[in-house]
Amino acid sequence: MSQAEQTETVDEDGVIESVSGPVVTATDLDARMNDVVYVGDEGLMGEVIEIEGNLTTIQVYEETSGVGPGEPVENTGEPLSVDLGPGMMDSIYDGVQRPLDVLEDKMGTAFLDRGVDAPGIDLEKKWEFEPEVEEGDAVEPGDVVGVVEETVTIDHKVMVPPDYEGGEVTSVESGEFTVEETVVELDNGEEIQMHQEWPVRQARPAGDKETPTEPLVTGQRVQDGLFPLAKGGTAAIPGPFGSGKTVTQQQLAKWSDADIVVYIGCGERGNEMTEVIEDFPELPDPQTGNPLMARTCLIANTSNMPVAARESCIYTGITIAEYYRDMGYDVALMADSTSRWAEAMREISSRLEEMPGEEGYPAYLAASLSEFYERAGKFQLINGGEGSISVVGAVSPPGGDFSEPVTQNTLRIVKTFWALDADLAERRHFPSINWNESYSLYKDQLDPWWEENVESDWSEVRQWAVDVLDEEDELQEIVQLVGKDALPEDQQLTLEVARYLREAWLQQNALHDVDTYCEPDKTYRMLTAIKTFNDEAFDALDAGVPVEEITDIDAAPRLNRMGTAEEYEAFIDEIESDLEEQLRALY
Amino acid sequence: MKEYQTITEVSGPLVFAEVDEPVGYDEIVEIETPDGETLRGQVLESSEGIVSIQVFEGTGGIDRNASVRFLGETMKMPVTEDLLGRVLDGSGNPIDGGPEIVPDKRQDIVGEAINPYSREYPEEFIQTGVSAIDGMNTLVRGQKLPIFSGSGLPHNELALQIARQATVPEEEATGDDDEGSEFAVIFGAMGITAEEANEFMEDFERTGALERSVVFMNLADDPAVERQVTPRLVLTTAEYLAFEKDYHVLVILTDMTNYCEALREIGAAREEVPGRRGYPGYMYTDLAQLYERAGRIEGREGSVTQIPILTMPGDDDTHPIPDLTGYITEGQIVMDRDLNSQGIEPPINVLPSLSRLMDDGIGEGLTREDHGDVSDQMYAAYAEGEDLRDLVNIVGREALSERDNKFLDFADRFEQEFVQQGYQTNRSIDETLEIGWDLLSMLPKEALNRIDEDLIEEHYREDAGEEAEAVSAD
Repeated sequence: MSQAEQTETVDEDGVIESVSGPVVTATDLDARMNDVVYVGDEGLMGEVIEIEGNLTTIQVYEETSGVGPGEPVENTGEPLSVDLGPGMMDSIYDGVQRPLDVLEDKMGTAFLDRGVDAPGIDLEKKWEFEPEVEEGDAVEPGDVVGVVEETVTIDHKVMVPPDYEGGEVTSVESGEFTVEETVVELDNGEEIQMHQEWPVRQARPAGDKETPTEPLVTGQRVQDGLFPLAKGGTAAIPGPFGSGKTVTQQQLAKWSDADIVVYIGCGERGNEMTEVIEDFPELPDPQTGNPLMARTCLIANTSNMPVAARESCIYTGITIAEYYRDMGYDVALMADSTSRWAEAMREISSRLEEMPGEEGYPAYLAASLSEFYERAGKFQLINGGEGSISVVGAVSPPGGDFSEPVTQNTLRIVKTFWALDADLAERRHFPSINWNESYSLYKDQLDPWWEENVESDWSEVRQWAVDVLDEEDELQEIVQLVGKDALPEDQQLTLEVARYLREAWLQQNALHDVDTYCEPDKTYRMLTAIKTFNDEAFDALDAGVPVEEITDIDAAPRLNRMGTAEEYEAFIDEIESDLEEQLRALY
Repeated sequence: MKEYQTITEVSGPLVFAEVDEPVGYDEIVEIETPDGETLRGQVLESSEGIVSIQVFEGTGGIDRNASVRFLGETMKMPVTEDLLGRVLDGSGNPIDGGPEIVPDKRQDIVGEAINPYSREYPEEFIQTGVSAIDGMNTLVRGQKLPIFSGSGLPHNELALQIARQATVPEEEATGDDDEGSEFAVIFGAMGITAEEANEFMEDFERTGALERSVVFMNLADDPAVERQVTPRLVLTTAEYLAFEKDYHVLVILTDMTNYCEALREIGAAREEVPGRRGYPGYMYTDLAQLYERAGRIEGREGSVTQIPILTMPGDDDTHPIPDLTGYITEGQIVMDRDLNSQGIEPPINVLPSLSRLMDDGIGEGLTREDHGDVSDQMYAAYAEGEDLRDLVNIVGREALSERDNKFLDFADRFEQEFVQQGYQTNRSIDETLEIGWDLLSMLPKEALNRIDEDLIEEHYREDAGEEAEAVSAD
């Protein structure tokens, strides 16, 4: 949380009236809605969420044990804001942007103590500022005035803050500066630093939204191949526990071809965040080869951390994402899990004794969700450039029941739906994305990209796969009744082809060094190899070869090894020619 | 310390009292009834002039003349290494007739969250000696892995077996530190019957495990509200032993269902807006504050591993208690009524079971190179066999292909030879995996699509397939 300016506008202090868990009421506090306040003798951070006469209700971002009536409440007069500037990549924050590594130092213990604050970015560190404007240039809000090398991967662009007026540059610095030192001055007296602040609940300004036409390549076959997400698109991953939501989210964070990844662990497990902290610095970014952490910002508000900070962590994350979007980057934001966020809203709402909506969630649940997802998109920027935010939200429906309010309200907004399936997970089919229930509304607008960058018959081949899987679904119902052998031979063969589609193509081993990432060309090539088997096998069947002989050939099971093959091109070529040879030898 | 005789309302486990000085949220309260009995409670809500208090031991005997004392501090647990070997009640008072406990320090029972940045990712394999766990759902140090059970299923036997057998094999091999490989067991009973409690105590005493255990007993007839405190005392003790005294601690909490019932009871008494099935909306957060107190911390020797046990009402895993638990814990071990009635011991159904931390705790150098592949393949094959069972009921075995029949046989033998082992058998991970290969070798080599080809060459029993065929032909 921002400390830079908090001393300026201290309004009159209030006094605590009552305390109930994270909700505190205070009297005589002169505050506006959403102002940040410091509560009690320990100065716990909180936010004003209701004003009623002389009574102000505050949600507190820290544990309130031991806090009692009579203790002071101090108003900062500022809404909850994030510090934006170089140093956000390769960091890990809690829900109100306190860096967890700094907190560990300051608190001197592995446990999260109370009443300790720290700025979101290092105010002491000096960065090498390279100007991109000269004296006499006219600049407007959003314009880039200089560049800082933030990490090996990311050039951090220093911009004129969107709430400035802009004007003519009167002086420009170059060299090493801290984020609070002025690097550019304008003729109207405005001073530009590398550091900006922005209130988290307010979207940063941008121009019009455009229709996204480029896929966010995830390196996951089922997602890229069947249910693609666009850069600037929105997706939801609902699934019961144990269906692999977190692994799917982490795979996206690791392999998707976004420039920047903001990963929000919202009310989830502590060890999962630790895993990301330990793994990401070691893993190479498939685009640049640099450590993944160099393009990643983590926000960790685990399930046992204060519930009010869980409510705010989503906003903290999306505001950071918007800031990098304003630099012209393609940002991917993963929120795991939005259900925990909704539950935090519910908890606070019930402490406020608000009238509950469906299943106890506040009536404004749908509005809050759509407000959040609408901050995604491909945007014209105010400086004329382009940038995008793709949002992937995990949903944890109670009992795996997708009819509950969070899933339903999310589905009304997002355009890609990756439905995770407990049955698939139980038989260790991962990623357990159910191909019958999932959908992507971006498919058609992304096809031209695939046809141009991968292969011109992409959409036909994909449609073939979809048809086979559909047919299998229908046939399975009959098989459940009469057994496989009672089906006509051509349908038995279709089932066999569908089995390869599922086992060799849709399944992907996230733990295997090679298989964990599958580039679009390989996704296409693997699919065509299965189609080759299909075409040759049906030719053989037409020529009168019994179906058992066709399915018994040696080459076919090797299709299952395509994903893990290191030199996949040679490997698949060989399988294809073996398939042809062996199948043609049967007739 | 001021005393008040200002109780205005008593309602279920709650007492409301007027005060003329500020009282902190969560503070501990002592209430003395006119009969001279002292009850303890905690401040649930503190407003100017009035506080609501939740009484742990139940509000029986309190009237408007009872006196209320605010102790000015939140609830603390006196901790010391000497707790090992002791039996305490659900509020932390010794009930074993032993000497008074001289605390090393008094620690707040509402633990602070571990900074995710300071955690160390758990990846040390714990050998429980139970094949269905070690082979298929491996437990690692610092994990929280609950047992999802049902009424009348032998979850207690399984928990005791794990408590008895759990070791970290590597340390056994180095051999210079015998204590290091064993776990200190902290057992927290919430609302279990006296009979169950006796079973546990007898087993602890018989095996000598009590020496390295601390037992907290809140029995079925103890006040329900006390159950709110018991697991927090357990975990505070566990954290102290693990992170300050370098113990590897195994925490067994039974039965979490009773804990959640108590939570609901208090929520109802406070007239809160209920969530699903009447449980409070904050139950996820509340449970997380217990379960997340497992783990490892960078730079500290010890660890806290949790095995909470819960009985699923109606064996329904979508019920809020197992559902919310599953979303917080790192997997679950699921007990199955059908397997139990078939006499499989332990009746673990591996299909819905899961260990999220397994992948990082197994493999070359940790367990064995083939562990991951073998487990994956057995999952897939068992799931296929299970599916086919439904079909067999309709069309009969003859209508199935040879391949399908092999999978059916696999599923049967998997239950009877791999899962079945009895509560006294302690299998090493090698034994477990070898049984796995015995079973997998019934299947044709080409069907083993989850296993690396080199590993198949190394371990596949070439003659086993024929044997199995001979058996099924009989």
